Amino acid sequence: MAKVTYIENSGNSHTIEIANGLSVMEGAVQNDIPGIDADCGGGMACATCHVYVKEEWFDKLPKKEDGEEDMLDMAFEPNTFSRLSCQLLVSDELDGLTVSLPSKQG
Amino acid sequence: MIKTDTLIIGAGPVGLFCVHQLGIIGLKCEVVDNLDKIGGQCIELYPDKPIYDIPAVPECTGEELTNNLIKQIKAFKTNFHLNERVEEIKKVEKKWVIKTNKGTEFEASSIIIAAGVGSFEPRKFSTKEIEKYEGKQILYSIRDKTVFKGKAVTIFGGGDSALDWAIELSNTSKVTLVHRRDEFRGMQASIDKVNQLKEEGKIEVYTKYQLDSVKGSEKIENINIKHDDNNMKEIKTDYVLGFFGLIMKLGPIAEWGLNLDKKTIPVNTESFETNKEGIFAIGDICSYPGKLKLILSGFHEGALAARGCFKYAKPDEKYRFEFTTSSKTVKDRLGVK
Repeated sequence: MAKVTYIENSGNSHTIEIANGLSVMEGAVQNDIPGIDADCGGGMACATCHVYVKEEWFDKLPKKEDGEEDMLDMAFEPNTFSRLSCQLLVSDELDGLTVSLPSKQG
Repeated sequence: MIKTDTLIIGAGPVGLFCVHQLGIIGLKCEVVDNLDKIGGQCIELYPDKPIYDIPAVPECTGEELTNNLIKQIKAFKTNFHLNERVEEIKKVEKKWVIKTNKGTEFEASSIIIAAGVGSFEPRKFSTKEIEKYEGKQILYSIRDKTVFKGKAVTIFGGGDSALDWAIELSNTSKVTLVHRRDEFRGMQASIDKVNQLKEEGKIEVYTKYQLDSVKGSEKIENINIKHDDNNMKEIKTDYVLGFFGLIMKLGPIAEWGLNLDKKTIPVNTESFETNKEGIFAIGDICSYPGKLKLILSGFHEGALAARGCFKYAKPDEKYRFEFTTSSKTVKDRLGVK
């Protein structure tokens, strides 16, 4: 279990408890957090679950696998701290993770 | 006006198998898809990626799956209307009249929406004030490459489209290639070629840069690109090309009075009919309790939706269930003995 905070582009913030094993994307979708579209359903095929990871968390996360960086090329306004939230699996170690959402996903 | 029994929107795997299911029960259909080829996400997003969860097919790629489905429906000689997007639907008496963006008109007794997450459209620049230049100096696809002859062209993107066009246009134009990171994700041969052209001074390459702003009045004069470390660079350019792949948009489907839940269409699980009589939704675009976004689920949904279409196409006939192994009628329709 981990508490994950999603900050919408408008500044609205949502902190949700997410069960281990779900992705940060699934946590958002299941809790109706606006701003994460996840069109492809977690297949790393669309870049519409793009988030900006809070700086101090970025290096603590598992590294990107092949393909995620390629997909991020297609994300809306990616930056150095961009990740696809479908690739971030929740575990106890992620407790306190904060991600910001882009102003739109595509 | 093309008259048919059922119009299918979407030529992905689920739409294709539905052609089969309609065909074996004796219904005719036409298929419309916004992409320029058959196969939907399987072809556009992962033609080379292996899929492992198609029943009785231990492993196949998106392209192989598509080709097999095309083969499976060959006997029905279905018309595909590619590069067309359905814009409008209208009920006229007991039929649906359907119009595409190219002006093609259909009359059908039912519509099956197998549109995945909507139609694929190019991803655009996010920079402000670009709209007035889009389609003129800012382009996301190339129809006529001769317009770039002798011009300065700035290409954004890191995939094969960006690399291929950078190489191609470097013969006749002053090309600048801009990408948001150091690595390119295209074919190695193209990456090598771009590096070679860069060394020969035929292409300028800026990595870790993204478009920041566009300057001009009637026409673009300069663009500013911004490095990851916030440094700016001004580039004088006549054309700006963006190759960021495609994004899926629900598009006009949202305007047809269908119930929507986020970007999906709720259906009943008996026939996958929507809240509108004679309109069905199958595959990734439909939702119901327990819905799985799997190709195999879409096949099942298509089989039931096809039977659901029967009563609209042949109101005076009773649908009779038949197996492909034993029914002579079905075998005739499939063109097998």
